[in-house]
Amino acid sequence: MADLSVKVAGVEFKNPVIPASGVFGYGREYEEFYSLSRLGGISTKGTTGQMRTGNLAPRIAETPMGMLNSVGLQNPGIDRFISHELPNLMQKDTVIIANIAGSTPEECAEVAAKLDSTDVHMIELNISCPNVKQGGAAFGVTCEGASSVTRIVRNATKKPLIVKLSPNVTDIASIAKAVEAEGADSVSLINTLLGMRIDINTGRPVLRNNCGGMSGPAVFPIAVRMVWQVANAVSIPVIGMGGISSGRDAIEMMMAGASAVQVGAAIITDPFAPVKIIEEMNQFLDEKGIKSVREIIGSVKPW
Amino acid sequence: MKYTQGKYILLEKKAIAKQIYDFTILCPDIAQAASEGQFVNILPEGHTLRRPISICGIDREAGTLRIVFMAKGEGTQKLADTPKGANLDIVGPLGHGFAMNEVSGKTIITGGGIGVPPLLPLAKHYGSRAVVILGFRSADAVILKKDFEATGAEVIICTDDGSYGVHGMVTKPLEEEIAEAGQVLSCGPMPMLKAISAVSEAKNVPCQVSLEERMGCGVGACLVCACRVKKNGEERFGHVCKDGPVFDSKEVMW
Ligand SMILES: Cc1cc2nc3c(=O)[nH]c(=O)nc-3n(C[C@H](O)[C@H](O)[C@H](O)COP(=O)(O)OP(=O)(O)OC[C@H]3O[C@@H](n4cnc5c(N)ncnc54)[C@H](O)[C@@H]3O)c2cc1C
Ligand SMILES: Cc1cc2nc3c(=O)[nH]c(=O)nc-3n(C[C@H](O)[C@H](O)[C@H](O)COP(=O)(O)O)c2cc1C
Ligand code: FES
Repeated sequence: MADLSVKVAGVEFKNPVIPASGVFGYGREYEEFYSLSRLGGISTKGTTGQMRTGNLAPRIAETPMGMLNSVGLQNPGIDRFISHELPNLMQKDTVIIANIAGSTPEECAEVAAKLDSTDVHMIELNISCPNVKQGGAAFGVTCEGASSVTRIVRNATKKPLIVKLSPNVTDIASIAKAVEAEGADSVSLINTLLGMRIDINTGRPVLRNNCGGMSGPAVFPIAVRMVWQVANAVSIPVIGMGGISSGRDAIEMMMAGASAVQVGAAIITDPFAPVKIIEEMNQFLDEKGIKSVREIIGSVKPW
Repeated sequence: MKYTQGKYILLEKKAIAKQIYDFTILCPDIAQAASEGQFVNILPEGHTLRRPISICGIDREAGTLRIVFMAKGEGTQKLADTPKGANLDIVGPLGHGFAMNEVSGKTIITGGGIGVPPLLPLAKHYGSRAVVILGFRSADAVILKKDFEATGAEVIICTDDGSYGVHGMVTKPLEEEIAEAGQVLSCGPMPMLKAISAVSEAKNVPCQVSLEERMGCGVGACLVCACRVKKNGEERFGHVCKDGPVFDSKEVMW
C-alpha cells in the first residue's frame, strides 16, 4: 500500500483524486454508490451570488471519446449552498472545495466573502466557464482580467484559494503567472474547451446553446501539455484535470506536474471512476516500488 | 445504497421488429430494487455517454430485467450488436417512476412508438382495470401487442397510416374512453404526450407522462437533463433523470 496522501496549499488530502466541479453535484447522488470518505476531496458545483437556472436543453452532446456540455452554471446560489449543502458535505471526512463563479469580479468576491466564515476547506475560483454569456470567459482569457478577479477575491477571503484556468487562451502559462502574482495559492486546469456539434439531418446545433464545453478522454493530451507548461511556470501547486479516466492517466498528469487531480467526464461514464482511479494508482505505485505518490509529482524527464 | 453499477449478462435477445430489440438481462440487485417507469443507463462499449433505456419488465424471482429498444444511432446499434451471453455495463434502477395509484374509474395506459415498452409493467399491474391505447406509424412498427393482451387489459392499437387497427392518433380512442377514466399513464414522443395531457386535463383526469431528455450521469448530479417544470405555481428546471422521467402532466411546461 503506497502512501497516496498529498498536500496542496497547506491542505492535507488522503489521496490526490477529487471529483471535478459540475459532475458531482454536492455528492448526495454518489453517496448512493460509495462512501465519500474514500475520496481525496470534492469540488462542488459552481456557485454564484444568486440562484441560476442555467441554459435550455439539450445541454449535452457526445463526441468521439468525449462530450460537450452547456449546463450554464445552474445552481441554487451561495446562501442556499451554505445553508443546505455545505453542512452535510463538511461531515464527509474529505476535503471540501467550494467552486465559485460570477458574472463580475464583485460577485465572485461576494461569494468568496460569504464562504470565508464557513468551515469549507478551500475555494476554487472558476474564471473560465465558457458557458455563461457574460460569465468567466470575459475575464479569464486575458492576463489583466484574470489578475483583477483574483485580486479582488483574494482580498475577500483567507481560505486557500485555487484559481481554475481556462484552456481557451493563447498562453495559459502567462495567465497562471498572473494569478500567482495576485496571491492565488494554487491553480487548477483545465476547464472545458469550447466546442460545437451540428445535427446534419436538421442543420441545427445539437446543444440548444449552440456551443458548449468539451471534456472527456479526447482532451487529455491537451490537458497534460497545459499542466506541464503551467507547472514549469509557477511555484504554487497545480491541480490537473481534463480527460482523466484511469489510474494511469492520473499518474501521467502528476508526472506532468500536478500535485492532485480532478475527474469530471469519467464519472458520467462510470460513477465509480474516482474510486477505481485511486485503486489503480495504488497498484501502479506498488508495482513500481514507489513508496509515496508525492515522488512522481513533476517527475517527467523532458527531452 | 440506492443505485447499483455493474456488468450483467445478456441472457436472451430477440429482434421483434425492424431495428427493435428485446433483451432479458440477469441483474438480480437492480431487478430487486426496480419499479414501474424507472430506467437503466447502459454504456455502449467505447462510448463516453450511457444510453437511458426504460425498464419493460421486472422479474424479481428470476432476477431479470427486460428492455425493448430501438437501434437508432451508433450507441444503441452497438448495444443491439451485443452477443447473447456477453456483459452489459448498467447503472440502475434510476429515476422517479409512475405513481401506481388506485382509482375508482379505469386506468388508461397510452403511448406510442418506442415509448410503449415502459407501459407494459403498468398493464400487468392494473390488468383488466386498464385500457391500453397504443399508437404506431404503421402495421410493421407494432410491438408488444401480445404481451399487452396477455395482461388482461383491453388493448386498442392505432396506426398513423391506418394499416392496422384504428386509423389515426391515440387521442381518438382516448377521447372516447376518458369519460370513465380515473387516471391516465403515458409515454411517447413529446407532441403525443402534450395531446394526451390536453385531453386528460380537459376532463380533469390526473395524467402522468414519462419524458425524454439527453442525459449524462442519470442520477441527478450533472444537471444536463433539465426540463422546465411548474410546481406550486413556481417555474423551475426539473431533472428528467431524478425528478422524472415520470411527471404529473400539470407540472410540465410544454
Ligand atoms: C428515461 C428514458 C427512457 C428511454 N427508454 C427507451 C426505451 O425503452 N427504448 C428505446 O428505444 N429508447 C428509449 N429512450 C431513448 C434512448 O435513450 C435513445 O434513443 C438513445 O439514447 C439514442 O442513442 P443512440 O446511440 O441511438 O443515438 P446517438 O444519436 O448516437 O446518441 C447521441 C447522444 O444523444 C442521446 N440521445 C439521442 N436521442 C435521444 C433520446 N430520444 N432521448 C434521450 N437521449 C437521446 C444519446 O443517449 C447519446 O448521448 C429513452 C430515453 C430516456 C431519456
Ligand atoms: C456537466 C459538466 C458541468 C461542469 N460544471 C462546471 C462548473 O460548474 N464549474 C467549473 O469550474 N467547471 C465545471 N465543469 C468542468 C469540469 O470541472 C472539468 O474542468 C472539465 O470537465 C475537464 O475535466 P474532464 O475532462 O475530466 O471532464 C463541468 C464539466 C461538466 C462535464
Ligand atoms: S443526467 Fe445528470 S442530472 Fe440528469
